[in-house]
Parts: sequence; C-alpha cells; structure tokens
Amino acid sequence: MTGAEMILRCLELEGVEVAFGIPGGAVIPIYDELYKRKSFKHVLVRHEQSAAHAADGYARASGKVGVCIATSGPGSTNLVTGIATAYMDSVPMVAVVGQVARSFMGRDAFQETDIIGLTLPIVKHSFKVSSVSEIYRVIRGAFYIAKTGRPGPVLIEIPLDVQREEGVWREEEISFKGYNPNGFVSLDDIPKAVEFMKDAERPVILAGGGIIISGATRELLALAEKLEVPVATSLMGKGAFPEEHRLSLGMAGMHGTPAANKALCEADLIIAVGLRFSDRSVGKHEKFATSAKIIHMDYDPAEINKNVKAHAYLIGDAKKTLKELLEAVSELKLEKGRKEWLEKIVSWKEEFKIELEKSGPVRPWYVIRSAWELTKGEALVTTEVGQNQMWAALYYKVKGPRRFITSGGLGTMGYGLPAAMGASLADPSGKPVLNISGDGSFMMSVQELDTCARYNLPVKVLLLNNRSLGMVRQWQELFFEKRYSETIYSREPDYVALARSLGAQGWTVSEASQVRDAIERALETPGPVVINFVIPQEEKVFPMMVPGTTLDNVITQENLGRR
Amino acid sequence: MRQVISVLTEDHPGVLCRIVGLIFRRGYNVESLSVGRIGETGISRFTIVFNGDRESARQIMSQLRKLIEVIDVDILSQGEFVERELSLIKVNAKSQNRPEVLQLVDVFRSRVVDVGEEGLVLEVTGNKEKINACIKVLSPYGIKELVRSGSVAMRRVGFNGG
Repeated sequence: MTGAEMILRCLELEGVEVAFGIPGGAVIPIYDELYKRKSFKHVLVRHEQSAAHAADGYARASGKVGVCIATSGPGSTNLVTGIATAYMDSVPMVAVVGQVARSFMGRDAFQETDIIGLTLPIVKHSFKVSSVSEIYRVIRGAFYIAKTGRPGPVLIEIPLDVQREEGVWREEEISFKGYNPNGFVSLDDIPKAVEFMKDAERPVILAGGGIIISGATRELLALAEKLEVPVATSLMGKGAFPEEHRLSLGMAGMHGTPAANKALCEADLIIAVGLRFSDRSVGKHEKFATSAKIIHMDYDPAEINKNVKAHAYLIGDAKKTLKELLEAVSELKLEKGRKEWLEKIVSWKEEFKIELEKSGPVRPWYVIRSAWELTKGEALVTTEVGQNQMWAALYYKVKGPRRFITSGGLGTMGYGLPAAMGASLADPSGKPVLNISGDGSFMMSVQELDTCARYNLPVKVLLLNNRSLGMVRQWQELFFEKRYSETIYSREPDYVALARSLGAQGWTVSEASQVRDAIERALETPGPVVINFVIPQEEKVFPMMVPGTTLDNVITQENLGRR
Repeated sequence: MRQVISVLTEDHPGVLCRIVGLIFRRGYNVESLSVGRIGETGISRFTIVFNGDRESARQIMSQLRKLIEVIDVDILSQGEFVERELSLIKVNAKSQNRPEVLQLVDVFRSRVVDVGEEGLVLEVTGNKEKINACIKVLSPYGIKELVRSGSVAMRRVGFNGG
C-alpha cells in the first residue's frame, strides 16, 4: 500500500467529512488517491489561507477537527495565518502539507520551505514524516492531539516520495509519553471556592471560550441560576450563556457592554471559567478587579496566574469542574440573596439602549439588530475583524454555543468569509450563515465568494461598508488627533458587480428604510449573497475602554466631546 | 534571579527548537543550555539556566509541560540541587613555565588532557564560579581557546527525616 493510500485510510478512520485545500506538486499522490477513493468531500478553495480558515470555521461550528491540505513551499506558508488564528483560539485542526522528496530536502529545492520551523510557535504540535512506516502513528496521533486536552492546530509534513513509497498497513495503539490530556486535574480548591461564593455579595461569572469547547453551557447556566450570579462573557465566550437571559451581562472588555464592565469593576468575586484573561477582555491586568476575589477555572494549568492572579483555582475540563462545583453548592443557601446587586445590574443594562433609526443613513447596529430579529437570534454568524466584529458582538445576541464564530485572539482580517464557508458545511440544516463584514476585511478574502458559488453555499455577507479601515480610523480619531494616515480608501470597488462576477448575488443598500427588506431577500435567496450596506464613514464603536487602562475608563458617544 | 530548570524529553529532532523557542519568545535570555541522551533509549535531559523571577520560572515550567515531547519538568533552583560545568582550556605553557601552570591548576583539581610544544589543554569541572576563577588564574599565561559546556544540574538526594 502506498503512503498516499495510508494517509487517506487514516483520514477515513478519523471520520473526516470534509477537507479544504488546493493541490500542488508535492501533494499530487494524496489528491490522486482522493480521486480514486472519494473518501470525503474536498472543497477546492481559492487561497490556502482560506483553506485553513474554512477548516477552522468548520471545527468551531461542529466541534470536530477541521482539516486542510496544502502543497509544499508557498502552499504551506499560505496556511500560516490560518494556523496561528486557530492556535490563539484553541481550535482543533489538522493541516496536512506536502514537502519536497527526501533526497531534495535541504537543497533549497523548488517549493521547499521549512514549514515545521516556520510554524513552531503557533502549533500545538507538528510532525515530520520521514518514512511510510510512520504515517499511521503520525496521522492518528495528530488528530488525537488536536482534539484532546486544550485543542489546537497540528501540522503534518509529508515528503512527496513518502506519499509514493510502498509500505505495510499496520494499526497500532497511539500514545505519547509526555502527553496526558487528562493529567492535570486539580479540584482541591473547591471548598475554598464555595466559601468565596457563600460570602460574596457582588459576584460575577466571567465565561470564556473554554465553556463552548467543553460543551459546558448547561452546567454554567445551572450554576448561575442556582447562585443568582450574573454572567459576562469574553468575545470567545459569546454563546456560552444565553444573552437574552435575565442574568446575562453580555460581552465584557474593550468594547464590552456597560453592564458587564461595571459589574466586573464593582464585583467582590469573579468566577472566571474557561478564560485566559486576555487584555482585550479585562484591560490592564495589574489593575483588573483589584478588590475582588478571583476564582479561576481552566483546563490548562499554564493559564493559572499567567495574566491575573487567582485566589483559588480549579484545573480541569469546564464541564466536569462545573459539575463538581454544582454538587458542592447544592446545599448552599443564599442568606441575603442578590436583590440589590441584581437591581443595580438591571439599571446598568437599561443605560445601554440604542436608537434604531429606521430612516436616513444606514446605521451598523440597525443592520445587525434587524438581522438578529429576522433570524430570531438563531443564525450561525461569522465576523471579520474590526468595527464590524465589535458591532456584531454587541448587537447580535447569541442563544447558544458554536453559533458566533470570530477570530478573537489573533484578530485576523479576512477570516470571516472562509470561516463562514467552513461553518456552513458543518451545519447540515443548510440554513444561511451570516458573515458580518467590513470592507477592509472583505477584500482580504473576497475571492472565496467564488468557492461559495461553486459549492452553492448559503453564505450571506452583510458588508458594513465605510470605505475605510474603520477601527484604525477610530483610534486615529480618538488618540491621534484625526491624522487618518492610510486608513481611508480613495475609491471603492463596485461590490455588486464584484459579487456577480464571482457567482454571488449582490445589491447595495444606502437607506435605513431598505435594510430589513434587503436582509429578508438575502435570507430567501439561495447561494452566496453580498449586501453592500453603505454606512456613514465616521461611525464608531462605543462604548470603548481607553486602551491600556481599566474597564471603568470608558469613552461613550455622550462623553466623547468632554475628553 | 538565576533559574535552573531540568527538562526530560523524548529524543526527537526539533525538540531543542521547541524548547528554546518557547523560552525565547517570552523574552528570557537563555544563559546556558546543555542536553544529552540519558540511559533509557530515546530520552534526553536538558538543563536550562536563565534569568527570571519565581513566577516566570513557574510559567515556563507550565508551558514546557504542554509540549508533547516533554515528559517532565523540574525547577531545580527552587530547592537544593548540585550543579556542574565542564570546561576545556587551551593555555600557553612552554617548558619554562609549564611546572608553574600545572601547580596552579592543581588547586582547581584540573586534569591535563593534551600536551604539546606550545601549551596544554586542561579539563576543569565544577560550578561556574570555580571555572571562572580558574580562567582568571590562567589568563596571564594566555588562553588560546576556551570551551564551556554550560550547567548540568540535578536535585540533591537528601536524607529521610534529616
């Protein structure tokens, strides 16, 4: 049996349903084998970076491992941004890349790159296959590592001649000496945590992406309801807690809701679950919630005390840890209740009301609120990065996990459209996937509209077009005295014609009164659609925490002039 | 503060890059690193010395533990440990001052491992301070070449109940 055949058999055994990629010289045997075996659906994308993002979107939407394939050299280097994106957000992914034949290695051969070296800091692990006899262990091992423990991307490099080499198929037990994904459980602090919870008058739960990864949303809801604790989420935690729930505070952080950020600032106890205290979520680490006790729960022991010091910590899978904690608090009775605290929170939530102007210029929040209403909050949403992402996070309230997919850690522009492709393939219902986009990001992966069209994917791009790199422009306006250095485009593409030429439908909306009709029409139209919403160029995302400060140091539309 | 970490890994190509890269990108300068295979086949032991506080050593230990090929990590500097370094020193020592040089290095329990017309190659083991002192003493004669292994270190055995 050839190496390529073994590779495909391993992928079959892993139950791979879809892979994203582009063939090239160093992976032809793999593609040839795929041609014969039809092991899974292969999506031929237009750029390898999109293959990685699509695999990532597929993984986030389905909870399964995303797979992408690229050739050696430029094919593999094009994956790098996508791999880094997955690494930062703990997404399970396996990237299979070709390499020049072993005899050419190290000679700067055509399309040779040290992709293992290039990706060392952004993978959970990587494998170099040096003989056909290693294929089984490497591929099965890569999937095992990618999906267990704290998930992450794994890269496999397979030289061309190893794909052609004949070998004997042999299945074996896969284990790695130093890798025990369940080896770090530590629940000793449960009594301490319970004590903190009993004494707390103003507790807040801060939930992160770990809840979604471990499928712990139900346990989180149970804990919040049992102890009457309001819940804020990080950007990655959107979907960890139903955002229309009375205890939901929405997203915390740099562009978090006032309720979430004020509650964190006034809290006397913060229960952080599946969260790494990113600076975007909590501001300056040293000044974060200095008067609160902090219970930190995470799967990865390296996260404890990395960014914020914990007064008690629990290490383990969020679902199991929360179950243990629920058990421990089952007898707990709240003596004073949380009436006062919760009333305060309701008043903060009241503060954050937006005007939905139904005529005049198109406001970005009106677009997102309309999309939210028309999809009953149940759409699978992906975002690009920048203002569009923050507006989406603030105004599209998510009901459950794996329905809001965004590049949180790396902040990758051009992520949303290919991720939407991947996500829509993960969702067998065939329902539309909304990609909330800005014009800057959109143009970074626009070629994938063609992929969406070829596979008839129901990806609807809500393009919030402000003819600029909006978030940087916002910073320049607020902190660089309006020196708009290189953020405003002097011309713009004809987005409708562009969409049509790539096989999508498209139309432009420049009046608020047309917004709802346009979204409804997009939802009813099969295949990919781009709605070019022309929004005011000067539109900003508020509230905004002053960068490098604390969550209570906030700029809003109202206090803007006074700063 | 000087931190000494001992890391047990699978002996794979690339492990060194993963380990050093992990420390480097956190902004710490590796002062010394030594690695070698140990008895059991396929296992290597690293001794890594770098400057940082207690918390940074703990953080690096946690991050190192996440590497798939890393089997165990121990922060030796947060306890009792023994540490040695090996150095080879090629020193000018012609016949007229050779006895003098030999007498001096005897203080450092040094051994002669090579001899020629112009000079000697000496082997010195010990902790960093001892080797520094030996180099200082030999400097006036003219050191032609110098190589140092970097630290190897091990936790002390200790005594039960002691």
